[in-house]
Amino acid sequence: MLAFLIILPLILTYAVFILWAERKVAAFVQDRMGPMEVGYYGLGQSFADLFKLLQKEDIVPINADRKLFKMAPIVIFTAIFAGFATLPISTDIIGSKLNIGVFYILTIISLDVVGLIMAGWGSGSKYPLFGALRAVAQIVSYEIPLTMSVLCVVMICQSMDLQQIGLQQGIWINDQVGFFTEKNYLFGIKSLGIDVTEVGGFLTWNVFRSPVLFFAFVIFFISSLAEANRAPFDIPEAESELVSGFHTEYSGFRFAILFLGEYAMMLLLCFLASILFLGSWNTPFPNMGIIKLSDWTSGAPGTILGNVWGFFWLFLKALVLIFLQILARWTYPRLRVDQLMYLCWKVLIPISIVLIFACAVWRLWMI
Amino acid sequence: MREKEQTYFQIIFTGFSSLFEGLGLTFKHLRQATQKRSPIGVENKEYFQQDTGIVTTEYPYEAIPVPDNGRYRLNNEIDDCIVCDLCAKICPVNCIDIVPIKSPEEIGKTSDGTTKRIYAATFDIDMAKCCYCGLCTTVCPTECLTMTKTFDFSEYDVRNMNYHFTDLNPEQAQERKLIYEEFDKEKQRLKTEAANKKVEENKISDSSLVENVVVKKPAFKPVMKTPPKTEEKKEELNNPSESTEDKKELPKAKPVFKPIIKPTPKKDDQD
Repeated sequence: MLAFLIILPLILTYAVFILWAERKVAAFVQDRMGPMEVGYYGLGQSFADLFKLLQKEDIVPINADRKLFKMAPIVIFTAIFAGFATLPISTDIIGSKLNIGVFYILTIISLDVVGLIMAGWGSGSKYPLFGALRAVAQIVSYEIPLTMSVLCVVMICQSMDLQQIGLQQGIWINDQVGFFTEKNYLFGIKSLGIDVTEVGGFLTWNVFRSPVLFFAFVIFFISSLAEANRAPFDIPEAESELVSGFHTEYSGFRFAILFLGEYAMMLLLCFLASILFLGSWNTPFPNMGIIKLSDWTSGAPGTILGNVWGFFWLFLKALVLIFLQILARWTYPRLRVDQLMYLCWKVLIPISIVLIFACAVWRLWMI
Repeated sequence: MREKEQTYFQIIFTGFSSLFEGLGLTFKHLRQATQKRSPIGVENKEYFQQDTGIVTTEYPYEAIPVPDNGRYRLNNEIDDCIVCDLCAKICPVNCIDIVPIKSPEEIGKTSDGTTKRIYAATFDIDMAKCCYCGLCTTVCPTECLTMTKTFDFSEYDVRNMNYHFTDLNPEQAQERKLIYEEFDKEKQRLKTEAANKKVEENKISDSSLVENVVVKKPAFKPVMKTPPKTEEKKEELNNPSESTEDKKELPKAKPVFKPIIKPTPKKDDQD
């Protein structure tokens, strides 16, 4: 319940500010100013846009399949919002502490595709249909490398519990019952003999704990861009050719919900990336001798301080990834359909298969 | 076209390296977004030299300075205006509308010392019509009509583009007009009086001039008389053979064509 009360306002405020941030970053990259009129430095721009959307007429096209059309935004947002249920947002605050959290998130996010098809088909217009078909083709394809890269983490961590995966990547690894003897070694190589269990920081993050996972992280990041329909994988909602794809026909509050769903998806995947690869809620600073940066910038799970630090670090990591996504959007041109499929089927999937094998070997021989 | 066929791994490698190159470029621009140049005019040598930083000019809050010889909104300094009407005459689009009122005495002096003798009851410049040629400012003898640096003066109603420069309100203008008319009448009266005096003086000296003066008065009348004369001439042209008796009947028939035909047999009979 607490997680729900935190996550829903979090998503809403995040969406408002990320819209502003996206426009600002876009402007700065292109040597412009971005929104400057509404509020200080244009901060109120998103609120103004939101109020404009809420005042708008709710239009259902005459050719639309009314039921599908009206249901689609609900399905899309629900599917994405449900994904937050097993997402730990700090050391203790988690909606549902499922021991198959990773599995649950991956499956519930896939429901998003159903919503997209409903929106695209229900609109009864050609651009949304094209957009939806492209979106589905893309998301279904990219779900494979995404899942495989997640599988690498699961194999290394030997757990599907997101909280457990987070716990392993820091100095509090032995804080939980049953993990007294667990040790982290530098780059996960036991034979090097450098014990970093008490050092913590970024050295115990999954991307460092097992260097194979760094490549898995790259694959995860690329596929998450495609999953969230973000540029350069935004052919489903290509503004310039499809007039924003499946949400062309939506207006007013429904459009706002679709938009919110899109940005919530971004946040969810960035949260997931930071939990799986970037040390979850653990601090990035290591303990160095008497300078115990790691201890100072985090708290033990279960304490209020631990939760505050945990939320801070996790959210910060997610925001950094989101910033990277935004920067990527304003840097790279959109991929063609054939390039998109080439990248997925001929590059990402073979590499992720190799990575799974490498992770298996790593787990057996190194750790 | 690729120069050399790349292998699978080369494609991936070049792909990644170019991705990072692109990201570096955009990130460079992002960092430079803190820099911003204050607006400089086009006459400045550095105007085209901007390589870094934000290029936006936030117009209503800051503006690129306009050149000194720019031609924008007209302004008339009515205190310096002698209402010579030169600007209105030279204007190619007739956007200047001046209604002058003469003044019996000197009104004052302009700042360059020219004497003002005419009020402007109306001095309107319709900037909506103006073609910004600047001719009016060049002909202005007192340099009271100038082009200012104001270029942003759009209006919702086009009628608001008509600028009124007169310093007189309608009542004042009417008053001034009456004063001048009074003065003019007085002047005319004085003139005629003077003329009469002269006449009286001349009567004593020369009688032939008196006749001339008397003759001058009815001189206007002949103009009034001329139209009937021409009518008569026309009739004569139509019926050159008509006698004086027929002439009396004819005026009735003149407006229509038929009556002209009717008398013809008469003519034959008479002939």
